[in-house]
Amino acid sequence: MSHSEESHIHGPASLVLYIANFSALMVLTVLTIWAGMQDFGSLNTVIALGIAIVKAVLVILFFMHVIHSSPLTKLTIFASLFFLAIMILMILSDYLTRGFTGGLN
Amino acid sequence: MSATNTPHSQKGPETTHGHHPALAHHFVSMSQQHEANILGMWVFLVTEVLFFGGMFCAYTVYRIKFNTVFQEASNQLDITLGCLNTVVLILSSLTMALAVRSAQMGKSKEILGYLAATAVLGAMFLGVKYFEWKHDFQVHLVPRADFCWEYAKEQRKHADHHDKDVAFLPKLIGKFVGHHEYDPAPTIDQIAQDQKNPESQQARMFFVLYFAMTGVHAIHMIVGFGLIAAVAFFASKNTYGPEYYTPVEVLGLYWHFVDIVWIFLFPLLYLLGAHLGAGHGH
Repeated sequence: MSHSEESHIHGPASLVLYIANFSALMVLTVLTIWAGMQDFGSLNTVIALGIAIVKAVLVILFFMHVIHSSPLTKLTIFASLFFLAIMILMILSDYLTRGFTGGLN
Repeated sequence: MSATNTPHSQKGPETTHGHHPALAHHFVSMSQQHEANILGMWVFLVTEVLFFGGMFCAYTVYRIKFNTVFQEASNQLDITLGCLNTVVLILSSLTMALAVRSAQMGKSKEILGYLAATAVLGAMFLGVKYFEWKHDFQVHLVPRADFCWEYAKEQRKHADHHDKDVAFLPKLIGKFVGHHEYDPAPTIDQIAQDQKNPESQQARMFFVLYFAMTGVHAIHMIVGFGLIAAVAFFASKNTYGPEYYTPVEVLGLYWHFVDIVWIFLFPLLYLLGAHLGAGHGH
């Protein structure tokens, strides 16, 4: 009845970790704005989304404590991203294959 | 587990049978209860991911369809204010994480302090959004019957010209106080004429998505304030400590999620056309 009982209540993280995470997020915010102002053509979107994903991962791992959450929690999060991916991919594969002119109809 | 017939609810913490008062009986231990609660909250956040995800999908489809006009429409938004809001919200995530940390250490006064800071920052965010939306209403960018794309573009051109040589700080303050000068409102005929233009309808689509997504996001923040108040109430009663801080952590998960949604909203809505160079605030 007492297998690994206290293993999931983690002690408080260090203040330094939180401040460091916040600083990293600030740097990435500045980077995102700078990159948005440049013209990288079609790469602009990729860069913007890439930086946003890195920021989201930092928030999830350290502010939301997922880095030491149970494997079941991590699986649940992955499931949400999996279904989100299905939704985006299936919607786009519908819309992007509609007209013979190559546009969206 | 109880040897008497006294209902559990009538027992004070001192007389409960050997476990933490917050432990519900269908759990073996506080740690198991904590893990179950966190998992439950994440399952809810999964539904939220798909909820916002649906709107992001709609955005994706229309952005591909109307790419050029979307860039121009995005430039009608104020990047400076969007950036300010991003910094404020990420800072509020820091203060929320620190509130959870204080709860883990059982420091009730600190919890209240950090929760208050989080609420103040959240209120700042909504305050800035209020000024952004107020401006959008005045330049006829709200996608309702009086949407007028040409009028909005004109006002933006005037504002950019007017602010050409104004320094950054006075310009920033001017977004909140002071009198904004707008041309006389467009007539019904002008609006009708404008709306016949496909470009106007495409720009209108951008603003449908902008108001829907930032609006739903703002509603989530307002709900967050209510939750902060509830958790703060219990924190003031010294409810939280190393053994039981789950509600604060769960609130933190909600708040961080709202922050993550904004982390995606900001580049997609505000920075879309920034490389065109006309993206600075009025």
